[in-house]
Amino acid sequence: MAIATQAGAEGRRPYLRVAGLEKRFGSFTALSGIDLTIQEGEFVCFLGPSGCGKTTLLRAIAGLDPQTGGQIIQAGRDISRLPPAQRDYGIVFQSYALFPNLTVAENVGYGLVNRRMKRPAIAARVQELLAMIGLPDSGPKYPAQLSGGQQQRVALARALATSPGLLLLDEPLSALDARVRLRLRGEIKELQRRLGVTTIMVTHDQEEAISVADRIVVMNHGHIEQVDTPDAIYRTPASLFVAGFVGTMNFLTGTKSDPGRVRLGALDFRVAEDALERGAACTICARPEDFIIRNVGRDTPNAFEATIAATEFLGPVVRARLHIPTLPAMPVVADFSLNAVTDLGLASGRAITVALPPDRLRLFPGAPA
Amino acid sequence: MTVLAEGGRRPGIDRDAWVMRAGVAGIALALFLAILLPLWSILSKSFEDRSGAFVGLANYVRFFATPSLADSILNSLFVAGMTTLLVVPLAFVYAYALTRTCVPGKKLLAGIALVPILSPSMLPAIALVYLFGNQGMIRGLLLGETIYGPIGIVMGQVFYCFPHAVLILTTALSLADARLYEAAQSLGTNRRRVFFTVTLPSAKYGLASASFVVFTLVMTDFGIPVVIGGRFNVLATDVYKQVMGQQNFQMGAVVAVILVIPALASFVVDRLVQRRQVALLGARSVPLIPQPQAGRDRAMLAFCAAVGFVILGILGTAIFASLVKLWPYNLSLGFANYIFDDYDADGWRSYWNSLKMAAATAIIGTAVVFTGAYLVEKGKGAGRQVVHLMAMVPLAVPGLVLGLAYVFFFNAPGNPLGFLYGTMALLVICTIAHFYTVAHLTATTALKQLDPEFEAVSASLQVPFWRTFLKVTVPVCLPAIINIAIYLFVNAMTTVSAVIFIYTAQTKLASVAIVNMNDSGAIAAAAAMAVVVTATSATVKLAETLVSGVLLRRTQRWRAR
Repeated sequence: MAIATQAGAEGRRPYLRVAGLEKRFGSFTALSGIDLTIQEGEFVCFLGPSGCGKTTLLRAIAGLDPQTGGQIIQAGRDISRLPPAQRDYGIVFQSYALFPNLTVAENVGYGLVNRRMKRPAIAARVQELLAMIGLPDSGPKYPAQLSGGQQQRVALARALATSPGLLLLDEPLSALDARVRLRLRGEIKELQRRLGVTTIMVTHDQEEAISVADRIVVMNHGHIEQVDTPDAIYRTPASLFVAGFVGTMNFLTGTKSDPGRVRLGALDFRVAEDALERGAACTICARPEDFIIRNVGRDTPNAFEATIAATEFLGPVVRARLHIPTLPAMPVVADFSLNAVTDLGLASGRAITVALPPDRLRLFPGAPA
Repeated sequence: MTVLAEGGRRPGIDRDAWVMRAGVAGIALALFLAILLPLWSILSKSFEDRSGAFVGLANYVRFFATPSLADSILNSLFVAGMTTLLVVPLAFVYAYALTRTCVPGKKLLAGIALVPILSPSMLPAIALVYLFGNQGMIRGLLLGETIYGPIGIVMGQVFYCFPHAVLILTTALSLADARLYEAAQSLGTNRRRVFFTVTLPSAKYGLASASFVVFTLVMTDFGIPVVIGGRFNVLATDVYKQVMGQQNFQMGAVVAVILVIPALASFVVDRLVQRRQVALLGARSVPLIPQPQAGRDRAMLAFCAAVGFVILGILGTAIFASLVKLWPYNLSLGFANYIFDDYDADGWRSYWNSLKMAAATAIIGTAVVFTGAYLVEKGKGAGRQVVHLMAMVPLAVPGLVLGLAYVFFFNAPGNPLGFLYGTMALLVICTIAHFYTVAHLTATTALKQLDPEFEAVSASLQVPFWRTFLKVTVPVCLPAIINIAIYLFVNAMTTVSAVIFIYTAQTKLASVAIVNMNDSGAIAAAAAMAVVVTATSATVKLAETLVSGVLLRRTQRWRAR
């Protein structure tokens, strides 16, 4: 069986391998052809819109909703058909799922009690975990007496109590306030780095995935679109879906013409990539921040004239909606630094000349869905 | 690729899942034997002749061709319709007062409204005999009409059904969105119009549900018509007479099958209505807090007080009747009527039997119902939906029908379960089955409020699910579990309809003794037994309030924030 190996954290051993995984509910295919290798100690995010199958994949790895086909190997052991209790992982849910009638200490020690550990040893381990999550004095409290963020940290401690080889996080931050979410995601990342536990987190929040993950698995319609580092996902998306899902993206649809060139209405664009046949419909992807406005002349590649239709103040940058007379049907947004806005007097109604450097552009066949 | 086994356990054997599957299968089998098979036997019996040969619809044809039997249908429909027309408006106003006005003493008024639930249905009928019977205290109020017949049945049923209607309507009326009222007010709508455009529409599902429940209760109740029905035959008493009086089991089965129809219709409507009711109040609704309004509050208090006076008056009459030596000739008071051995061969033994039966029903029933609901809610496997569906069936089956079904099924020659016939165990099984649905729904509601991932978390921590069930699920659901136990206990104490067919000399129950003593003319002793049963239910209910107050404060400390 061939298992694709992706580039990842170097020098580490593969810890979890998913091969040809498939999950059907009746006639509906929730997952198909999932091949994935996760290195030991890696932090991986499953990212995608709701219904893309990311939670289904996580629950298959956990054994909670077993797959209908394919294989899962964890630490050299085939766990494909094992019940959850015989696998080796800790899990944290969006809802915390803390036992409300047990104290924080009892919750954290819940998995330790039936492991023939002596009571003082359990108490010591619980105290160690509570200190680790920054709640050393909350042991005797009940979950309802803690804030959402604190409860989720207790759930994390409970999942880590038995020192599992794999930590699974199912949208752990989605139920929290924006501010708590930011702080807790930093803490989770820090904890993961310190413990070196292989971690999978499911999220629909691209910013969250980009900020914590070593690698991101972008999923859509039950299959994997791209597996790569956050930087590579952002800069070199592998598909139109990834390009559109992560970050803001302009889509310019046109026709492939001469080698290295794309026809966009009356414009002729130079592109770095060139694998498409002449005459094929294609889409150029450009990030708003890739527009250059200073020192743009007649011989600057991909320069064109536009009018600023509206501006939106985003703080460090100003996002401008551009109207391109030669491409009237294509709305385009460009980010300009506050300096450029001040220096050049950019405002609504101004006519400008901007350029898109060919090496920043990504070219895909077809048009965005 | 190597496959390694760890920890001595055989890989791939999911012990938790197998235990759950076995549990689901066990409950499914129990419900199948205790509910579905007996019902099947009564249905097939209605298509057989005395020798057991299949005769198609012949029994039904004979039923409708016999004028006295067919009249019973009209009679039953009449008293059920009349009672519904009287009870639902009364209960609506009462529930409105409890939920939408500022009458003082709401807790007390709500408690008084529930008093009839604690009594066997024979109690109001006996009290009515003392009030309006041939030697009744205020018989003049009937202007020469007799209480033995439709008037008495309807009056008794109004008392008996009132709490059920109040409970449903209180729930319906407490689901109010204050913003609707604020919107109406800000548009300058007068109170009358607000009532007809906001209040009434939001309660219409509750009104429909209450109407159907009351209608069914009256159609299927046996205790009131048997005491006060006189020559006025209704379906419920016909079943009893056909089976016990004439030993005509086939005709009894026919009447029983016909009795199921209104109950079944009411059940279906109620299900539909409840599905709609849930959607009525969104998560973002603002609860309505009633504002004082002196005139209205005074009028409502007067109304509630009047209703409460009648309820307590009827209970008081029964108590008085039980204490009077010989009405109306010797009015001295005493406990002579409580020496049941003077009136009935079994004496107090039937009361102790009832107590034993009710305790066993409460304990075993609660354990079975809660475990069953847990397995349906949290378990795995295809059997769960089957169990859930079977658990809903008893609500659509009148007690008389279930009792008769038990006779046919467990007394059938060759049934390997026949050894249960005539035992206390069968009475307990029958009573659990009879009241299974409401208990099951209570447990399901409580379980649905738990986080669905508790079992997944336990599995990931390698803790077997039954440990989490005992350590977390049961303690968290303790209030609901106590509710279920009390519900089963009170109903087991007061029920007569199912058990009247399957008791034996050794297992006679208090409620059966009430019917028997009343039949033999010992009406004061029957009143005394009814009072004892009511007092027992009330004591248990009060003890629950006190004990669970203390118990819950100790075990539910985690609920506080």
